[in-house]
Amino acid sequence: MIHSLFLINCSGDIFLEKHWKSVVSQSVCDYFFEAQEKAADVENVPPVISTPHHYLISIYRDKLFFVSVIQTEVPPLFVIEFLHRVADTFQDYFGSSNVGDTLPTGQLSNIPWRRAGVKYTNNEAYFDVVEEIDAIIDKSGSTVFAEIQGVIDACIKLSGMPDLSLSFMNPRLLDDVSFHPCIRFKRWESERVLSFIPPDGNFRLISYRVSSQNLVAIPVYVKHSICFKENSSCGRFDITIGPKQNMGKTIEGITVTVHMPKVLLNMNLTPTQGSYTFDPVTKVLMWDVGKITPQKLPNLKGLVNLQSGAPKPEENPSLNIQFKIQQLAISGLKVNRLDMYGEKYKPFKGVKYVTKAGKFQVRT
Amino acid sequence: MSAAPAYSEDKGGSAGPGEPEYGHDPASGGIFSSDYKRHDDLKEMLDTNKDSLKLEAMKRIVAMIARGKNASDLFPAVVKNVACKNIEVKKLVYVYLVRYAEEQQDLALLSISTFQRGLKDPNQLIRASALRVLSSIRVPIIVPIMMLAIKEAASDMSPYVRKTAAHAIPKLYSLDSDQKDQLIEVIEKLLADKTTLVAGSVVMAFEEVCPERIDLIHKNYRKLCNLLIDVEEWGQVVIISMLTRYARTQFLSPTQNESLLEENPEKAFYGSEEDEAKGTGPEEAATTAMPARKPYVMDPDHRLLLRNTKPLLQSRSAAVVMAVAQLYFHLAPKAEVGVIAKALVRLLRSHSEVQYVVLQNVATMSIKRRGMFEPYLKSFYIRSTDPTQIKILKLEVLTNLANETNIPTVLREFQTYIRSMDKDFVAATIQAIGRCATNIGRVRDTCLNGLVQLLSNRDELVVAESVVVIKKLLQMQPAQHGEIIKHLAKLTDNIQVPMARASILWLIGEYCEHVPRIAPDVLRKMAKSFTAEEDIVKLQVINLAAKLYLTNSKQTKLLTQYVLSLAKYDQNYDIRDRARFTRQLIVPSEQGGALSRHAKKLFLAPKPAPVLESSFKDRDHFQLGSLSHLLNAKATGYQELPDWPEEAPDPSVRNVEEEDLSLIETHVGLLGEYTEVPEWTKCSNRDKRKDKEKPFYSDSEGESGPTESADSDPESESESDSKSSSEGSSGESSSESGNEDDDEEKGQSSDTEQSEEEGERKKMKKKKKKKKVPEGHRAGMSSDEGSDSSSSSSESEVTSESEEEQVESASWRRNTPPSSKSTPAVKEISLLDLEDFTPPSVQPVSPPTIVSTSLATDLEGLTLTDPSLVPSLLSPVSGVGRQELLHRVAGEGLAVDYAFSRQPFTGDPHMVSVHIHFSNNSENPIKGLRMGAPKLPAGISIQEFPEIESLAPGESITAIMGINFCDSTQAANFQLCTQTRQFYVSIQPPVGELMAPVFMSENEFKKEQGKLTGMNEITEKLMLPDTCRTDHIIVQRVTATANLGRVPCGTSDEYRFAGRTLTSGSLVLLTLDAQAAGAAQLTVNSEKMVIGTMLVKDVIQALRQ
Repeated sequence: MIHSLFLINCSGDIFLEKHWKSVVSQSVCDYFFEAQEKAADVENVPPVISTPHHYLISIYRDKLFFVSVIQTEVPPLFVIEFLHRVADTFQDYFGSSNVGDTLPTGQLSNIPWRRAGVKYTNNEAYFDVVEEIDAIIDKSGSTVFAEIQGVIDACIKLSGMPDLSLSFMNPRLLDDVSFHPCIRFKRWESERVLSFIPPDGNFRLISYRVSSQNLVAIPVYVKHSICFKENSSCGRFDITIGPKQNMGKTIEGITVTVHMPKVLLNMNLTPTQGSYTFDPVTKVLMWDVGKITPQKLPNLKGLVNLQSGAPKPEENPSLNIQFKIQQLAISGLKVNRLDMYGEKYKPFKGVKYVTKAGKFQVRT
Repeated sequence: MSAAPAYSEDKGGSAGPGEPEYGHDPASGGIFSSDYKRHDDLKEMLDTNKDSLKLEAMKRIVAMIARGKNASDLFPAVVKNVACKNIEVKKLVYVYLVRYAEEQQDLALLSISTFQRGLKDPNQLIRASALRVLSSIRVPIIVPIMMLAIKEAASDMSPYVRKTAAHAIPKLYSLDSDQKDQLIEVIEKLLADKTTLVAGSVVMAFEEVCPERIDLIHKNYRKLCNLLIDVEEWGQVVIISMLTRYARTQFLSPTQNESLLEENPEKAFYGSEEDEAKGTGPEEAATTAMPARKPYVMDPDHRLLLRNTKPLLQSRSAAVVMAVAQLYFHLAPKAEVGVIAKALVRLLRSHSEVQYVVLQNVATMSIKRRGMFEPYLKSFYIRSTDPTQIKILKLEVLTNLANETNIPTVLREFQTYIRSMDKDFVAATIQAIGRCATNIGRVRDTCLNGLVQLLSNRDELVVAESVVVIKKLLQMQPAQHGEIIKHLAKLTDNIQVPMARASILWLIGEYCEHVPRIAPDVLRKMAKSFTAEEDIVKLQVINLAAKLYLTNSKQTKLLTQYVLSLAKYDQNYDIRDRARFTRQLIVPSEQGGALSRHAKKLFLAPKPAPVLESSFKDRDHFQLGSLSHLLNAKATGYQELPDWPEEAPDPSVRNVEEEDLSLIETHVGLLGEYTEVPEWTKCSNRDKRKDKEKPFYSDSEGESGPTESADSDPESESESDSKSSSEGSSGESSSESGNEDDDEEKGQSSDTEQSEEEGERKKMKKKKKKKKVPEGHRAGMSSDEGSDSSSSSSESEVTSESEEEQVESASWRRNTPPSSKSTPAVKEISLLDLEDFTPPSVQPVSPPTIVSTSLATDLEGLTLTDPSLVPSLLSPVSGVGRQELLHRVAGEGLAVDYAFSRQPFTGDPHMVSVHIHFSNNSENPIKGLRMGAPKLPAGISIQEFPEIESLAPGESITAIMGINFCDSTQAANFQLCTQTRQFYVSIQPPVGELMAPVFMSENEFKKEQGKLTGMNEITEKLMLPDTCRTDHIIVQRVTATANLGRVPCGTSDEYRFAGRTLTSGSLVLLTLDAQAAGAAQLTVNSEKMVIGTMLVKDVIQALRQ
């Protein structure tokens, strides 16, 4: 299992260490730094590094590396999962500030995920049904791949030991579900009801996938014309976004991110709405569009300058699109009701739906 | 904070008081101007009486440790506080000790007594943390103390402390591996623990200390399978991985026989059917006796594992999902492996590190089982935003999945990828195209053309990669592609990447006869630039020169000599060597080099085309999901995944007494039922614990008995009963008393078992009513017989113990509020705080009864005074006890057991009558329960049971069906259908159930036996254990194993039994000849040799128990 854990920030300082089995010198991290240098990009640091005496398994979260030192065989996912839970716990514990004042209290409960003696004056249970559309749209606008990934995040502030059951109008939509351990698998298998004693506070109740077999409605379309002229140091850039399937809800929070080719020097664009930035170092174009109003579709166009003499980029960059639709679960999933047993009080209940773009990519 | 200075100081980290490091640290510095002061300050704070100051000091010190600063000089000041009353301070002192005790062993010893005291603390959390620290401080001198502490904690009342004990085992082992034997004892003990809390931790300890002792798992196997779903996630991973290895040693390969059957499935079946119909004796027996013909039937335990792990594919933990996936990949029949694909694809949405690991495993799996991921092809499509390492792995998977049908789509995707800005990825894509081209002949030309087009790409890397791949493709069919070779030859003018240049030169050399005019010219150009080339290119130039010299010496002789001369003075010794070597080979010298005559053969031998295959091929010899698999190299401590055994080891080693399973505890987990929550008594009376030396060995029964009764029925009587009943059953094996005693005891204990079963059923019913049923049923039920049955010596012991327990339970009741009553009635969950610990709720797992003594046999034993002289027909008696057909989890609340009733099946005398017992554990009625579409091997037929209209929640019902097994032990597979669901189940009969008793006299028996000699007689010698020497027990064990009738017998040491097989009516005669000192000879005469052989095996096993 894990011998030691090092926390490293993005400038390469080891600012926290913890040792379990034995004390491993910080110098073991040199192997990690070496790999990091080689990878050039933080994303490409291999999660598992083999060194002469140890194995390093690391994750990258929120601009921090969590590097664990292993000496013997262990399932790598076991360690990776653990490190992510550590990161989750840090996030949860420190919250917005970076110092927690109270020491964590160890409590044993017969329900491992819920502490005993919870008390609230206002008892409330909120559920956020968040669906993300993952899609790859090809040049011509047809969908290469699309599926819906959903989660139900809960914020439960209920006193005592409430026992909840959440039922859906159309549970069969959920194709592939993974559960928080609190959920009684059997009830789900037999009745398609989520029955559970919730942990206290914020947690992810389920994640699910609506399979690509179902037709996924793509709410936006993009018209694009990006071209770089041969033997000339400039090119044209023109994109327009429009709503495809209007479900009576406005599409908002639209941003478009484009990783432009390296040979691109500068862009000179005019948006009809929102604002854009172009970082000439990373070559990333960001267009913050905002809301779509169907009367006047948002458009961004203008000229781009290329390095003179360099060959024209072969590939047009793909467009990564973000958007949000409130009060809609694009799969059509609907919560039917939430019942509480085991406690007498009447809790305040709420369900919120939102659809977002997940990994939504338009190839051009 | 600057890393460098802090880092170097740490290395030199001596404990001098003048350490300057804090001054460098902006986070903690500033407040304290001088380091001296700071340390004094901390020491001062630690010396005060104020807990708040101590706490503040400890917080700072721990923060220093966390930052990797040296705080070892504070050791004396800190260690003083180990006895501090304040629990927060204590915790932090523990943190400090764990870090520095190793460095300051002498001082650390000062703290040991505190831990020893802590180990006896009434608070389980303190006991646990004392043990945790004690086992973490790595001071070799305290090994004996640790050993003692672990042993004691392993029998602690609190499962949490027992869990900590399990955690301590590997730590002690790494400190002193000589303790192994003792630690194995503790592991064995903890493996028998029935709490979910302990299971994962002890299996971890098992894996670290004694993974080779697979025998320790046998008895716990079924329990672990059943507990698994409620174990915490980390434990699940460890257990699943261990069980994968276990299954590989204990069960037969589910795929091995598939392939055998595929070869000639009809013949195997038809053959046996025909023979069966004819009923021809020896010949038929000989054919079925061949083991290869025996159809594969999955061991029910193997099935149990697969069934109980499957729901975990829906775990939120990627590690658990991966663990189950690898289990299915390594253990499941081909047809069932597919279920894991969906779950693995789901993980691809997780963090990129998870994706990385999962994709590696998918890549390996997709080579062996392509079909399973094909439906998810699009999930592996690559986004431009994926990190390169993920892109390359996805590409690998896509390539593995490509086949004749989907190749157009895959190639279209690849086309997009080739234009990517990520050049490493493009290079990998070109390689992938090459692999597709070699694997799928249909697209070879398309791919080749595409690659040739890439040769005009502007990016040199792309071109170079294409050249390398083209070279490999051309080797497959060089003759047709002279044009491409010419095109490549032209490229030498432009392309600079050494690998590509080398590849082109090699190609031209190899196929110079296809381009006879160009080749010399290329050599000319290369000779010109020779000195400027990279080493690999130079080597290929020499190579080309040699080949041309051999085929076309007229044009190239001078050129070759020029090149060789240049090479002779090259800076690189490889090249100089090669030049010398080549010259000797190709240029005939005066000494008439023997080799030069063969130079052509050496250089121009036809070479096989390279096979482009995945780097993930054959990686599955590593257990998937393991670190070793990921690195493709054996990591330290990796346990090989063994090959399936040829012959299945004895499955009965996993049998356990029923009671062991009836008390399984589970939490309120995924399984969902959790109505009862017994309070776990906290051990408040320390002296008492000491007195309980005995329970230390006699396992948790001694512990749970009193605990449970304390909760329910505080009468001392019931307590002593529970005690004595356990004593009684354990006495069975060890008692040396005479015949009468034995008989009596046997009778009683079997009665106890029955009442136990009853008690269980009652319990289940009560549970349905959602009433709080105390866990005292085991104590209560046996009260009638239990107390008188126990021998007088144990009785006195029991009373004294029970008195103490009474005291304890009474005091416990006084101490704690009656929380069980205060909790709401619907779902009882007792709340608890630091002081109390409630174990997870108890859940009755419908226990697969392994061996239950039949009532009839017992009656026989009690009533017939001298059974050996009375001709008795012991039939009908129920045979082997109830077996599980469908677990209630898999059945979504429907639990189905079956038992062989041994009554003749009405309607068809050739059928075995099977009682199917349905019970509905769900909260909804189950409707339309019936049997559907049996898939039966030839010869086997089933008489279905009448449809059950509806089964209300909590109700159970028994139906009778008949199966004609055709005198074989093949399983009858069929479906159980409800209105909504279908379950695949199978019944495999023990060989003893395939026959019915016949009555015959001794003379008839001898006469028949005389006819069945030679091939039809199987004789085996055995030793009867002490426990199995009385008439009654022998008779009972034989009749429990096989449905045979007793034949009266003149001599007292001989036992005879007779029966006929149900289908063919062949006689089965069994003789047991008991000799002095337990030696015995078992003879079975039957024309069904297979049945005879299996029967001998089963009976011997039953007698040896």
